[in-house]
Amino acid sequence: MAENTYQWPDASKRKLIGKRMNRVDGPVKASGRAKYTYDLVRPNMLYGDSVKCPYAHARVKSIDTSAAEKMPGVKAVHVIHGPDDGAKGEVFWAGTDIVAVAAVDEPTARDAVRAIKVEYEQLPHLVLNDKEPNLAEAEKSELYKVASKETVGDPNSAFQQSEVTHEGYYGSPVITHCCLETHGSVAEWPDKDHLFLHISTQNVPGIGEQVAKAIDMPASNVHVHQDHVGGGFGSKLGLDPWGVAAAQLSKKAGGVPVKMMLNRATELETAGCRPSAYARVKVGAKKDGTLLAWESYAWGSGGPGAPGSLAIPYVWKVPNQQKQYVGVVNHIGPSRAWRAPNHPQMCVITMGALDDLAAKLGMDTFDFVKKNIDLLDPRSKIYSEELDVANDLMQWKARWHPRGDSDTLGIPMEAISLQIGDNQYPPDSASGGSSTIGGVSSATFRAATDAKRQLIAKVAPALNAQPADLEVADGRVRVASDASRSLSWKEACSKLGAQTLTVRGTNPGEGDLTNSGVGGVQMADVSVDTETGIVKINKMVAVQDCGLVISPKQAESQVLGAMIMGVSYALYEEKVMDQTTGTMLNTNMDNYRLAGIGDVGELVVRLMTGPGYDERGVIGIGEPPTVSPGAAISNAVANAIGVRVPFLPLTPDRVLEALEKAQGEGGRA
Amino acid sequence: MRAFEYASPKQKQQAVGLLGQQWGDAEVLAGGSDLLALMKDDIVHPKRLVNVKELPELRGITFNASRGLRIGSLMTLSEISEDAQVKEHHPMLAHAAGEAASPQIRNVATIGGNMCQRPRCWWFRNGFGLLATAPDGKSLVLQGDNRYHAILGNDGPAYFVSPSSLAPALIAYNARIRLFGPKGPREIPLEKFFVIPKSENEREHDLRPNEIVTDVIVPAPPSGVKASHYEVRQKAAFDWPYATASVVLDMNGDTVRSARVVMSHVAPIPWVSNEAAQALAGKTISEQTADAAGAAAVANAKSLGRNKYKIKLAHVAVKRAVLQAAKGGQA
Ligand SMILES: Cc1cc2nc3c(=O)[nH]c(=O)nc-3n(C[C@H](O)[C@H](O)[C@H](O)COP(=O)(O)OP(=O)(O)OC[C@H]3O[C@@H](n4cnc5c(N)ncnc54)[C@H](O)[C@@H]3O)c2cc1C
Repeated sequence: MAENTYQWPDASKRKLIGKRMNRVDGPVKASGRAKYTYDLVRPNMLYGDSVKCPYAHARVKSIDTSAAEKMPGVKAVHVIHGPDDGAKGEVFWAGTDIVAVAAVDEPTARDAVRAIKVEYEQLPHLVLNDKEPNLAEAEKSELYKVASKETVGDPNSAFQQSEVTHEGYYGSPVITHCCLETHGSVAEWPDKDHLFLHISTQNVPGIGEQVAKAIDMPASNVHVHQDHVGGGFGSKLGLDPWGVAAAQLSKKAGGVPVKMMLNRATELETAGCRPSAYARVKVGAKKDGTLLAWESYAWGSGGPGAPGSLAIPYVWKVPNQQKQYVGVVNHIGPSRAWRAPNHPQMCVITMGALDDLAAKLGMDTFDFVKKNIDLLDPRSKIYSEELDVANDLMQWKARWHPRGDSDTLGIPMEAISLQIGDNQYPPDSASGGSSTIGGVSSATFRAATDAKRQLIAKVAPALNAQPADLEVADGRVRVASDASRSLSWKEACSKLGAQTLTVRGTNPGEGDLTNSGVGGVQMADVSVDTETGIVKINKMVAVQDCGLVISPKQAESQVLGAMIMGVSYALYEEKVMDQTTGTMLNTNMDNYRLAGIGDVGELVVRLMTGPGYDERGVIGIGEPPTVSPGAAISNAVANAIGVRVPFLPLTPDRVLEALEKAQGEGGRA
Repeated sequence: MRAFEYASPKQKQQAVGLLGQQWGDAEVLAGGSDLLALMKDDIVHPKRLVNVKELPELRGITFNASRGLRIGSLMTLSEISEDAQVKEHHPMLAHAAGEAASPQIRNVATIGGNMCQRPRCWWFRNGFGLLATAPDGKSLVLQGDNRYHAILGNDGPAYFVSPSSLAPALIAYNARIRLFGPKGPREIPLEKFFVIPKSENEREHDLRPNEIVTDVIVPAPPSGVKASHYEVRQKAAFDWPYATASVVLDMNGDTVRSARVVMSHVAPIPWVSNEAAQALAGKTISEQTADAAGAAAVANAKSLGRNKYKIKLAHVAVKRAVLQAAKGGQA
């Protein structure tokens, strides 16, 4: 047994790795017995609520809490955003918390909120975001952040050499995270120096320190607890004003627990969104399909900090490129990391443009991708293998037809499309950025390896052997060369005496156990009702690489969840804002719509495993499969109806408009 | 939610006595699937809730040949969709009840509550009032995102759409609604129960603040009637339709003797289209006549800016309901 190295076992020696195991918390979650932060009721608990700014852009001029403070049942009042906070009380989105209160029950807390008088100075706001900004005007305005122009190769002459070019619009709107469990916490002070915080978070290890910093106390005095998180998708990594407020209200109320959970409307309006991304794209290729040139003018918004530039063309190393990006500042709840930040939007734009180009070339997109597979370096080989697997699962080659060629006016129209996606993240400690499996399993594996080594060292004398001669197998510690000399696990552990072994695994650590950067291929089969513009998913195939698969069932679940989330953002999701009032309109889940089980069609997942994949170690899979569904579905619809519906979500209004426009232009391509 | 008083009377006289003289004093509580959401969102804040679920007279489904079907206002959408008599005599109603919302909602949602449910207009639901008027008196709907708003009966000041998908099916069958108030019962055609409010303190129903809905009466349709209800809905369930059409065709052999065409989610009230009915009268049903009926149904429709596509969807809903009815439909 080699000392001091860590290695995932060979395929022949794997006992549990790669086996179909059930999720440990599956039964409690499915049966509703799992308790989330939202479900908590602590002894003597108070209910928190807050005054929220009704304007998208305003300045808090004065706050009068005196009436609320005198109300019976109101136990604490805490100003979160006063006239002197931030930039002189300036508020940048509707729904910003201004004053928090804690009271004996929810109605009293509501009454207290209504009794607080806040005077605002309204400032001009902008909440819409889908219009193409005029570059010259954008350069002069503070509402736009114009990124510097980027050039790769020689785009001008590449477009001149291109025998076929295509120009089009692509994009996706701002959407929200829509966590089923809203954000929030229950805070209490067991004594004046210690904070006990139940919080809905993706970041149990890091959140305590963030709270400690915010209220200026030692991090070691903050105890954070969470049994389950009801969804985060990137929006529950950091600390929120309402989280700090709960702790402060509890302190003011003498340490009793204060529960502060957002309601659905506030969750949707303020607790995170995915920025929009729109682009006007021009692409050029030779007649044989060789991709030569890319040009894009892109823009997007997602709150007061304009989103950063887009890395488009996504994944493809197009040899000649010209790119311009404009970030739009607007007054909506700020964006947060959303399951593979920016990747789905970039994929929609890139694959939409390339799919349209392939159609113009008269090529099957599958062949177009294979033709240009070298531009997918360094994952060309993975993508190529995955394309073949996906082709099998979808029967792509047997079913593909040229655009709009599915019996022109018949309904429904069916079509298939394919999509490639990619994702690459450095691991971190929170459960975000697809790093959990890499971080957790490697650390656990290292810890288990260390523990085993220490155990062996302790029991070797009892077996009259050297530690190096021992192995652990079938629940026993035995001499490798003589299995008759062995101890059961229990007997072995009893040799440890009173002192148990405590070993912590770390990541990153020794040995190459994790990797990052994966490739995936997805295909979609849709039907489009051309009279109503309604799109239905028939089948989706996701072929995904994620290195060594520890638990196939859970890995597949991740992919299925991502595909379902993908159907939602492709067909339904959109944060609808009202420019007049500056507020969000669809603040309820009956009009902020998510896919239901009847909407997702047949979902097929295939994980790439075996030689060439396993030895790369574990790679996160939480994010990559979310990247492609939007593009896959959009391309399938384009293939079905013969015309591109430029922007997601693919709702009847947009689909019908695209069809009408195409008919106006003299029928379909 | 604000604090409120709760009453659960055992007799309907008592119930109406507990209701208020004006809106805002009290609200009737049935399944609560709409009312509780409105209260949590602080859209309505009654001082008192009057639970009617302990009034036995409000229950039951019975059928007799002369009066037709009587459905007590407390019957749930699930009960209606599964009832043998409803399925036999008014299958389109059973179908429409079974399509609405989701199984969980259908198990608690009552037909009385379904008739009286409030509009889903997103300004209304976010506290900007039933008519969604800005402080300067201008309509928020006209200057904002009105993708789900009315395409018919939309001369203002109301632009929301009537949310019930059962009401049009019932109206197509010429249903009547029975109400009970301090002065006793009254019965009116269901079609007349829905009104377009002209000011912020009016409601969308001909219901006084101290009246309750007791039953819905659906006459037995003449034999040989063909009926069908069609919904244009993007999601498979738990979603609001963009447009629905309920069509009842009284047939004389292959020809339509007379027709009732009622649409929903297109106007502030369930929209009875006499134009579509006329387009069908005396015709045999074909793709062309069905399409012509759809076109007639939306001939007077107008877009508010973002909802032009709904004109097409309403047209298609009528066309498909007519074709489906002619094929035997749900009747
Ligand atoms: C996501 C979602 C989707 C939905 N989809 C559909 C759909 O497709 N089609 C559809 O038709 N509906 C749909 N609904 C609405 C649902 O059908 C209604 O909420 C339900 O029918 C209301 O009935 P209730 O008994 O729960 O009423 P309650 O919520 O108890 O009451 C609703 C209103 O009616 C009044 N009221 C109730 N009963 C009486 C009475 N007997 N007399 C006088 N006033 C009364 C109440 O005071 C209140 O104003 C949907 C709802 C949701 C949440």
